[in-house]
Amino acid sequence: MRLFRVIADRIRGTRDHDRVAGEIADELRHHEDLLTERLIGEGRSRADARKEARRRVGNRAHLQDAGYDVRGGGRLEAFVQDLRYGARRLMSAPAFAFIAVVTLALGIGANTAIFSVAAGILLRPLPYPAADRLAMVWMDNSRINVREDWHSYPNYLDYNTRNTTFDGMAAFNRRYLTLTGSGEPERLTAAHSSANLFDVLGVRPMLGRTYSREEDQAGAMVAVLSHGLWKRRFGASPDIVGRKIVLNGASREVIGVMPDGFGFPSRGTQLWVPSPATKEMRQSRTVIWVQVIGRIKPGVTVAQAQSDLERINADILRAFPNQKGYGIRVEDYREQIVGRIKPALVALVGAVLFVLLIACTNVANLLLARASTREREVALRAALGAGHGRIIRQLLTESVLLGALGGAAGLALGWIGVNAFVAMAPEDLPRLTDIAVDGRVLAFTTTIALLTGLLFGLMPALQMARTDPVHTLKEGGRGATSLGRALRRGLVVIEVALSVVLLVGAGLMIRSLTRMQQLDLGLRTDGVLSARVSLSGDRYREDAACAEFARRLVERAAALPGAESAATIGTVFLSATPNSTNFSIEGRPDFKPEERVEVPVDSITPDYFRVLQVPLRAGRFFDQRDGADAPRVVIINETMARTFWRDENPLGRRIKYGQLSSRGEWMTIVGVVADTRRTGYEADVRPETYLAQSQSPDVGLALLIRTTGEPAAIVPSLRAALQEIDPLVPLESVHPLNDEVVEMTAGRRLNTTLFTVFAAIAAILAAVGTYGVIATSVEQRTRELGVRLALGATGGSIVRMVLVEGLSLVGIGLLLGLFASLAMSGVMARLLYEVRPTDAATLTSIALLTVIVALLASVVPAVRAVRVDPVTALRAE
Amino acid sequence: MSKEERTNADQLHGTLDMLVLKTLAAGPQHGYGIAQRLQHLSEEVLQVEEGSLYPALYRMEQRGWIGSTWGVSDNNRRARFYQLTRSGRRQLDAETSSWRRLTGAVDRILEA
Repeated sequence: MRLFRVIADRIRGTRDHDRVAGEIADELRHHEDLLTERLIGEGRSRADARKEARRRVGNRAHLQDAGYDVRGGGRLEAFVQDLRYGARRLMSAPAFAFIAVVTLALGIGANTAIFSVAAGILLRPLPYPAADRLAMVWMDNSRINVREDWHSYPNYLDYNTRNTTFDGMAAFNRRYLTLTGSGEPERLTAAHSSANLFDVLGVRPMLGRTYSREEDQAGAMVAVLSHGLWKRRFGASPDIVGRKIVLNGASREVIGVMPDGFGFPSRGTQLWVPSPATKEMRQSRTVIWVQVIGRIKPGVTVAQAQSDLERINADILRAFPNQKGYGIRVEDYREQIVGRIKPALVALVGAVLFVLLIACTNVANLLLARASTREREVALRAALGAGHGRIIRQLLTESVLLGALGGAAGLALGWIGVNAFVAMAPEDLPRLTDIAVDGRVLAFTTTIALLTGLLFGLMPALQMARTDPVHTLKEGGRGATSLGRALRRGLVVIEVALSVVLLVGAGLMIRSLTRMQQLDLGLRTDGVLSARVSLSGDRYREDAACAEFARRLVERAAALPGAESAATIGTVFLSATPNSTNFSIEGRPDFKPEERVEVPVDSITPDYFRVLQVPLRAGRFFDQRDGADAPRVVIINETMARTFWRDENPLGRRIKYGQLSSRGEWMTIVGVVADTRRTGYEADVRPETYLAQSQSPDVGLALLIRTTGEPAAIVPSLRAALQEIDPLVPLESVHPLNDEVVEMTAGRRLNTTLFTVFAAIAAILAAVGTYGVIATSVEQRTRELGVRLALGATGGSIVRMVLVEGLSLVGIGLLLGLFASLAMSGVMARLLYEVRPTDAATLTSIALLTVIVALLASVVPAVRAVRVDPVTALRAE
Repeated sequence: MSKEERTNADQLHGTLDMLVLKTLAAGPQHGYGIAQRLQHLSEEVLQVEEGSLYPALYRMEQRGWIGSTWGVSDNNRRARFYQLTRSGRRQLDAETSSWRRLTGAVDRILEA
């Protein structure tokens, strides 16, 4: 209760300071009066008594303050007072306030932005109940050295039924389905899955139901829609359930709609259908086509689940020798999603923390520099009776006020930064839509703004409060104490060291990016237009129809005005786990299971290599000879030729997919082409085979057109041409092929850009800090310099002296920074591409850059030092 | 206030607090009255500095040992009266016994 009263008193007291102060004055006057009367009674004169009473009661104002602390607003009032005072002080030094606020805003803004990103990606829970129990179950395929490969269906069933550590495991995979019937034909991102996928994820449909186990077993013609698709294509119709829609030319019944925000395996998934139920796909252990996600039982660790599945896997390996080389790997689902970008995020968080530290150091330095001019003011206040505590509190209030202003500006910067990040981020960045400035970010920013204020304010405040009033007032309040000077120099050294670490990091990343961009992918993508064409439905059930379609398509496309040549392929760029198969070579024994090599399977039209300008190394490209009835032919890449026909000529040799005993047809190698990096920059080139679209037609086609002018210009005529060939086939995802190349380095580019921006901010702040310290030092030594000049020192020697001062500070910082960079090379190594973290060229150029910046920061004060007029300098005393 | 005086004042805080609390144990009193009473009870040995008394009162009020209300003094003037609170009484007991222990110890040494 007392607490409430005190608080109420204080709040009231803050409002009417005068009333509280008045009451205290009344009380003291009462005392004075009584004392005066008594003194008169003792025989003093009235005037004398009054004077004596006043003396004894003492400094009324001081007592009033003390009493006010108790009765009135006390600390709260003092705080408001401090705040007002601080604001006045800042307004009286607008340049200082501006620089300090901008510096802090940069530091806090960078932290706000990166924290938003990191929180969205790493901290925000996944949108599934008990999501921490979800785990991906991968095949650890040592045959092709892929740690995240898929499973065959029977293996999935074994894991699912025989495990003791999972509540359930679902099989799924992505696929594309073309929707026709109402409106434009459209290719939809879809997924097929086992019936329990929705149970495993813990998500119920919003309308209708999901498919049953029986429907899954039978491969029933049903479909579950995403909320987005339901709204977009079906006008959110409430009676959608039970309606028939046409997918890939076949009718399916809509049985349910999933809730808003549900998208699995990817955000953009719009349809879910039961898995295909052909005997081969469901029963063969060599047809590998499902991914598996499981829900681990409560209290079971990923490691326990792993060893449980390893036990089952060992049984499978024993029973089926053809599974040799196939391991099992359980990975936490969140880790799966964000693990890839975690090192980069952690590095970025480190970078922005450095920037914030530098910003704090800089502002602390500014405050210390100001301290020298404020010592008089502080000494005066101390002499007037302000206690140590009160002075420190006042100075801290001022710096916290600066922190708050910097925080507000930083929040705005951070918000801009987050939006810029989301705009720049590669599309496949996990959880992109989860990134936002939210309450948590606000709390974070507020906290760091206040902490920052305390951090950079504390040292100068303690330093100043230690000021001895008498000494300072006598000295004329000139010059920071030598301790203050040492502190400021120490801070500059730290700043320089931190910025060197960031610069080295940025330098290494820039070199990595350049290395990557210089790397030849082996195919020319500029000037090539790419579009997706998918054949579906009854008309394309026959191979001949697909082959004919592709033939006519490339013929028409190549003849379009502005087109040079055209071709199709399944996809130009491959994922880490492309559609692939093992193969065998005529005249050689079967590969042992662990020696089997998987090659991607792609069907192309004859001009594919010409469109992408991939050189032919031997033999020929496909041409009209290679019809459906002609002997089957195959083109291989150089790596394949080198790996399997080291000293022989592969031309004319025959291979077949599968083992020697498989029913696959023998294919004659007719050409060897140069290697292309279809899996991106960071993967090794693997052996590859290309089939003729005319002999092994594919239904999902990437149409590639080499254009003479602007690729986009031919899109309208291309649409018209396709309309003529088949109006029911959608033309989708039309884009310059070059975009895919750019997208491959998007993540790295973003990372490098951010790092460089932060390093640049850090370097600028450190330069400003160095400049500030040297300039103040010159200013404070005006008299000394004057004396030196008067005694005949040359301008050159003065300049040298100042430059040496600046360079020695920066030099120490540089050395520390380089050492720190080397110490942190382990962290950096993970972010680099073909550049070592100790790359000498980078370290040297950063060192050079730092020295140049140090020279620039010292040269202005140095020149000013020479301009000192000895007479004025001495008279100024 | 010089540094020396401040140190002495600090040392005296506890004693002054105890004496003020003791005075108020007899009933509510205003500042002047407390000073008078202390002087009187100590047979004029202790002169209470008003400059220390009021800060002490405010401090003890902040700690909740005493409370204050406006009232009318003997000579019909508005005065602020201080009275002991329950926690003030406990504090008085604690300080009294610790004081007794201290002075007792000192006495024993002096008489040895």
